[in-house]
Amino acid sequence: MGFTLTYLSLIVLIPLSAVFIKASGLGWDGFLGILTDRQVLMAFRLSFLTAAGAALINGVFGLLVAWVLVRYTFPGRGFLDSMVDLPFALPTAVAGIALTAVYSSNGWIGSVLEPLGIKIAYTPLGITLALIFIGLPFVVRTVQPVLEDLDKEVEEAATSLGANRLQIFIKLILPALMPSLATGVSLAFARALGEYGSVIFISGNMPFRTEIVPLIIMSKLEQFDYAGATAVACIMLVLSFSLLLAINLLQKWAGGAAHGR
Amino acid sequence: MSAPTTSFSTARDPESPPPGEPPVSGRRMNTKLAATAEPRWFQWILISAAVLYLVLLLFVPLLTVFAGALERGIAAYSDSFLDPHTLFSIRLTLIIAAIAVPLNLTFGVAASWAIAKFQFPGKNILTTLIDLPFAVSPVVSGLIYVLIFGKQGWLGPWLEANDIKVIFAVPGIVLATIFITFPMVARELIPLMESQGKEEEEAARTLGAGGWQTFWHVTLPNIKWGILYGVILTNARAMGEFGAVSVVSGHIRGMTTTLPLQVEILYNEYNYVEAFAAATLLCFLAFVTLVAKTVVEKRVEAARGRREREAAQEA
Repeated sequence: MGFTLTYLSLIVLIPLSAVFIKASGLGWDGFLGILTDRQVLMAFRLSFLTAAGAALINGVFGLLVAWVLVRYTFPGRGFLDSMVDLPFALPTAVAGIALTAVYSSNGWIGSVLEPLGIKIAYTPLGITLALIFIGLPFVVRTVQPVLEDLDKEVEEAATSLGANRLQIFIKLILPALMPSLATGVSLAFARALGEYGSVIFISGNMPFRTEIVPLIIMSKLEQFDYAGATAVACIMLVLSFSLLLAINLLQKWAGGAAHGR
Repeated sequence: MSAPTTSFSTARDPESPPPGEPPVSGRRMNTKLAATAEPRWFQWILISAAVLYLVLLLFVPLLTVFAGALERGIAAYSDSFLDPHTLFSIRLTLIIAAIAVPLNLTFGVAASWAIAKFQFPGKNILTTLIDLPFAVSPVVSGLIYVLIFGKQGWLGPWLEANDIKVIFAVPGIVLATIFITFPMVARELIPLMESQGKEEEEAARTLGAGGWQTFWHVTLPNIKWGILYGVILTNARAMGEFGAVSVVSGHIRGMTTTLPLQVEILYNEYNYVEAFAAATLLCFLAFVTLVAKTVVEKRVEAARGRREREAAQEA
């Protein structure tokens, strides 16, 4: 117990508090000045929008993948099931260069889409794609267990009362999945906000256009603007903690709903 | 609950079992029960959509890495590993994992044991605190160590006076890696130990076993698969971490580059074949991780099934 607390404080708590203490050293004006700098604001906007977009797309397609993996049998199902965890196991730098290679102008997919006028690499679209990649397992793995434990009897009862599959899906299954789906989407969103390695290769890191917040912190550090980096990091931390809290609450909601029957 | 009769089924599934056969129970729904299944053709549309999505999203990038690495042939591929910087980065990555994993393992086991087996005020806060590194962006994780150990940091002047380098040196990377992988073992073990309860430990105590004996002979064997799982995840993350290490390492070639950092350096210098070659090593790491994960999951399932059957027999 004592060991736990010492280790925890040393490695986690003290370093984290350093961010807040250092930021407070800036003074309120300095702090706000850094945060309202246009470049920083654009980066926040970009990070937010791409993370949200990626999380939502992951919500839809993650649900599809989870559904197919749980409810249907087909050759290669087990293999695909394990592969869902790939973005989790793959180092982010590898994901970054792989995605850039695929979607850049001479990549397999990029070369097909560019003549159509769709540019992916070095655009927010590319960033969103990278974020979709790394967020996939979060949604699928959160929804899968709930889907597996769904009560068949309720569906059979509804069918025997004359409901068709679409009605059953919309009125029975979807509401039952909502808590876990929301949790998965939030997890994907939280991860996407802070993601660095997979994104910096495909984004091109152009200030005001494709610069994400983690990169801003990085460039400020490289310019030895510790104060600036800390200020931005402070906001990121506040966001992360709020998300963590929200996710914990969502998970409680999901746990409650599963046992509510 | 009787098997559904054909008059209620919304789709004629020629494969459905004849009435009289027991419905299939188990974790996966058997779509041969016609009444609660979508029409087969619709299933295949969904399956194809999902498979196509996964192939595009997951497999194409993977294949690109290997294609890029082998672009100039096998000779160029294997030659990339002769580069001393790459070799160094491989060694450094291994060393860091060898330090971070056991440390976090010890902590994870200690913390989960404290949380699962004892009641104390603030337990929830402790659990949330353990989850913190998960929520923090990798770059911020690196930044916090720079703030403390860097030149302008709290301990900066003291470290310089004693000629100890932490940031832009290996110890900094180790610290950042420990921070990142900190929760992994604990997150695996806490639910596992909580679901196992305290009865076995209490029984051992009443039979006269000491604290350490109880831990070694009763607790540990029960959680061994959870530990293995946590170690696999921790190791994968420790070896593959990029953002946090990028911040604290300073990218000093031959001194503080880990394998993921080396991949970035090679890529930024347009040494694409070398970059992809190094990346394939990390891909292999990912594959091994996934395989190990699947194997352990199967064992955990089997162990859980055995326990449930034993419990049912005792009831």
